[in-house]
Amino acid sequence: MSADNIWLYRRRRAINLIALVLGAAATLFGLFWLGWILWVTLVKGFTALGPMLFTHSTPPPPGAGGGLANAFLGSLIVNSIALAVGVPVGIGAGMWLAEYAKHGKLGGVIRFLNDILLSAPSIVLGLFIYTILVKVVGHFSALAGGLALALIVLPIVVRTTDEMLKLVPSTMREAALSLGIPQWKVVMQILFRSARAGVITGILLALARISGETAPLLFTALNNQYWSSNLLKPIATVPVVIFQFALSPYAGWHALAWAGALVITLFILTLSLLSRLILSRSKVTHD
Amino acid sequence: MPDSSTSAAIPNTPAQRMILRTTRDARNDRLFRWVLLSCAMLVLLALLGAVASTLWGGRLAFHTFGWKFLVSDQWNAVTGQFGALVPIWGTLMTSLIAMLLAVPISFGIALFLTEVAPSWMRAPVSAAVELLAGIPSIIYGMWGLFVFAPFLADHVYPWVNDKLGHLPLIGALFRGPPLGIGMLTAGIVLAIMVIPFISSVMRDVFLTVPTRLKESAYALGSTTWEVVWNIVLPYTRSAVVGGIFLGLGRALGETMAVTFVLGNAHQLSASLLMPSSSIASVIANEFTEAVSPMHQSSLIALGFLLFVVTFIVLAIAKLLLLGLARRGGTE
Repeated sequence: MSADNIWLYRRRRAINLIALVLGAAATLFGLFWLGWILWVTLVKGFTALGPMLFTHSTPPPPGAGGGLANAFLGSLIVNSIALAVGVPVGIGAGMWLAEYAKHGKLGGVIRFLNDILLSAPSIVLGLFIYTILVKVVGHFSALAGGLALALIVLPIVVRTTDEMLKLVPSTMREAALSLGIPQWKVVMQILFRSARAGVITGILLALARISGETAPLLFTALNNQYWSSNLLKPIATVPVVIFQFALSPYAGWHALAWAGALVITLFILTLSLLSRLILSRSKVTHD
Repeated sequence: MPDSSTSAAIPNTPAQRMILRTTRDARNDRLFRWVLLSCAMLVLLALLGAVASTLWGGRLAFHTFGWKFLVSDQWNAVTGQFGALVPIWGTLMTSLIAMLLAVPISFGIALFLTEVAPSWMRAPVSAAVELLAGIPSIIYGMWGLFVFAPFLADHVYPWVNDKLGHLPLIGALFRGPPLGIGMLTAGIVLAIMVIPFISSVMRDVFLTVPTRLKESAYALGSTTWEVVWNIVLPYTRSAVVGGIFLGLGRALGETMAVTFVLGNAHQLSASLLMPSSSIASVIANEFTEAVSPMHQSSLIALGFLLFVVTFIVLAIAKLLLLGLARRGGTE
């Protein structure tokens, strides 16, 4: 080997080493932020956690005492509306895409637009519901908040239903149809059953996503300082209360905001772990 | 003829029962199909409705200000003058900073996860990186405002101002008081938020590269880096760009985190250390307080602009990613 070749060889090895070290460093860098953010949320959240959090409503300024009970109720109501509207429609649309429009043009267009809706800025979805509902009716409401979140649930459920139904082997379809079972029964009672674990995963992920959504609720559900379960009135939700409290100058409100942040973060992490678990388990049984 | 009518209502021969049943099944099938189709149409309607309603809501602003809405830096609720230049500038700059930081880091993560990491490490590490995407943006915002921005203001920005602020050309970008909140902070927070999206797309498309291509390159004596740079990246180029655009779409529309750390200031400044505003943050901050119809209409018009821009970016992303899916043989 000539001297030139040795240098070339060493140079290539050095570049390779640098690139691989940088790659590992980038991964550590990404995990570092995850660790930092979770750590801060845990520490600040736990110090603010108290027994009153779930039993008392949001306090007036300067925010000593009190809890987030009304906000938890509000989030429960608004998220339930979102799931009640978004999940059936999403499953229906997903079934249509997978069973009736596998290769069609309209199916392609809807699949394409659904993927765009999946990443569309959520604040614009809030504006949409504001213009068609809040402005027409004349007041903010829990219902409007739920519908705005349903628009976020919808594309997630459509996508997972579509993909999970596509994974069902076509022999199962053919076997069922050859027995003379009508197609709606094939889809609902055979194919859907086999894809159910995946669809549930999608629903859990959608719930995780909307539990932390703030932007679309700001001008649909608005906020409410008091205990309210009226669907046609403004309602407090955890993310919006966190937003309001965190940007306030009061220390008591800040503490409550951190406590709320801790609760929704833990909730969301639990949901995503749960959905992973269901998916990995269903994979084993499906094959 | 009473006899024939009763026999039609209550079928007693097997053949008649069969016909009745078949027609009922056919009717149910048609009904089922229509229900599903209308669900699918709702997806279409949601997207078109969002475009149409924001355009309709913003018509007052578009009509009054015309093209000047896009280029005016006035934003004054008292005089009723609204222009979108500052929010547009803020949105583009923060997203640009986010992309400059997130793309190389995401590439590094994808490189690590597909070529370097031992196989037992891959699944947990990529799950952890994806957890970053699950954290709600309001948590990023609070962390950014209460922890990260003060940290930057105390330890990083004074140094940036001293060392980089005097450089020719780019110096103006880094000069300013160390407030902590501002475009650079927002850009960094956005970068952290989009890293999981970009890196998971990159990892997935890197895995689609046929093993024999890579092995051929290794057999010719390539190093790992040369295989990634000369084989994997050219093979997946369009999908990688698609993943970057997907991240860009997220960054452009991100609301809460940016609202916390950007400062909501309606001023145009060259310095990245200064507070600014983005389209989404202006809407989040001002919408419920906008009393005049013109103010509200201008905010909805901003929403329309944001939606159109992200639509285009995401559509490009999707098309680029579809290209790879076809070649990868999954279609």
